[in-house]
Amino acid sequence: MTAPRSPARTATTKAKRRALIPLAIFMALAALLFYGLQLDPRKVPSPLVNKPAPVFELESLDDPSRTVTNEILVGKVSLVNVWASWCPSCRQEHGELMQIARNNDVQVVGFNWKDTRPEALEMLRRYGNPYVVSAYDPDNRYGLHWGVYGAPETFVVDGEGIIRYKHIGPVDRNVWETTIRPIVEQYRPQSS
Amino acid sequence: MMHRVRKLSLSLTLIAGTLAFGSPSAYTLEEFTFEQPAQHEAFRDLIAKLRCLVCQNESLAGSQAGVAQDLREEVYRMMLEGQSDDEIVTFLVERYGDFVLYEPPMKPSTYILWFGPFIFLGVGGYLLFRTLGRKKDEPEEDLTEAERARLQRLLAAGGDKQEKLK
Repeated sequence: MTAPRSPARTATTKAKRRALIPLAIFMALAALLFYGLQLDPRKVPSPLVNKPAPVFELESLDDPSRTVTNEILVGKVSLVNVWASWCPSCRQEHGELMQIARNNDVQVVGFNWKDTRPEALEMLRRYGNPYVVSAYDPDNRYGLHWGVYGAPETFVVDGEGIIRYKHIGPVDRNVWETTIRPIVEQYRPQSS
Repeated sequence: MMHRVRKLSLSLTLIAGTLAFGSPSAYTLEEFTFEQPAQHEAFRDLIAKLRCLVCQNESLAGSQAGVAQDLREEVYRMMLEGQSDDEIVTFLVERYGDFVLYEPPMKPSTYILWFGPFIFLGVGGYLLFRTLGRKKDEPEEDLTEAERARLQRLLAAGGDKQEKLK
């Protein structure tokens, strides 16, 4: 029934290769978007990293007559830990902070944020106090300058008072060992 | 009558619900008062452009998060001090990053975001037209003798049929 047809033009290898280009573009885009899906949108990078820590002047949590300022950050690598008694993740990381403060040459500075003094002190009394001192910022006066938008957050500040890293969310053993500790060691002042 | 009763009971339920669940500490924009309505307008416009970092799908204007309220107060305070929108935005970006802006700024790292769609559209459009143009230029393949004869036959037969249908 069918009449003989002219032979279909055979596709050259070049044309074949061309046909794969859309597929390649699609796969590249898919890979990029898939990578995007793995990122946690809650972890917003801080523009303060590698900049001097914002100046603050706050009452000490346990002694209202004492003032805590940036002075505390000079000369030592510090973890500035933003915490509050109302924050469950802060309680979760509390044990790890205790360990870090006990076993390492790093000072853990508390930044008590949007909390009340009695409740904050109660939490330290009950679970221990890993902080050399806690600055008390109930009204988010300086938290705002540090770009704090949730608790817990932990800043690594070097001995010159420069923020070197910001961790958002609780610090657990894994985060400490793989991420924060290497940075702390890197910026530790070379002293005898 | 029934209708009215039902309406009344519905309203009462709604009011009770509001009282039970509406948090008394819900934030509103009413506490932010300005002398001039234009200023109030500017304030609303500005906070609507800023993202709440806690509830990232909400602007500062709409968020009930505590941090959002703190930032609203800060923006309000800065506006009363007479600082410009740009100064306030810069202040926030320095602390929270570009992420506080709903509209990302135009800079090298965001070029692909701004221009990517147009580039895609341009490249796609170019390829489409080129392919279509090429199709047009391609000469029709010549028919073989046998095909030509068959075509004639089919046309003749089809023509006849149409004639008959008429």
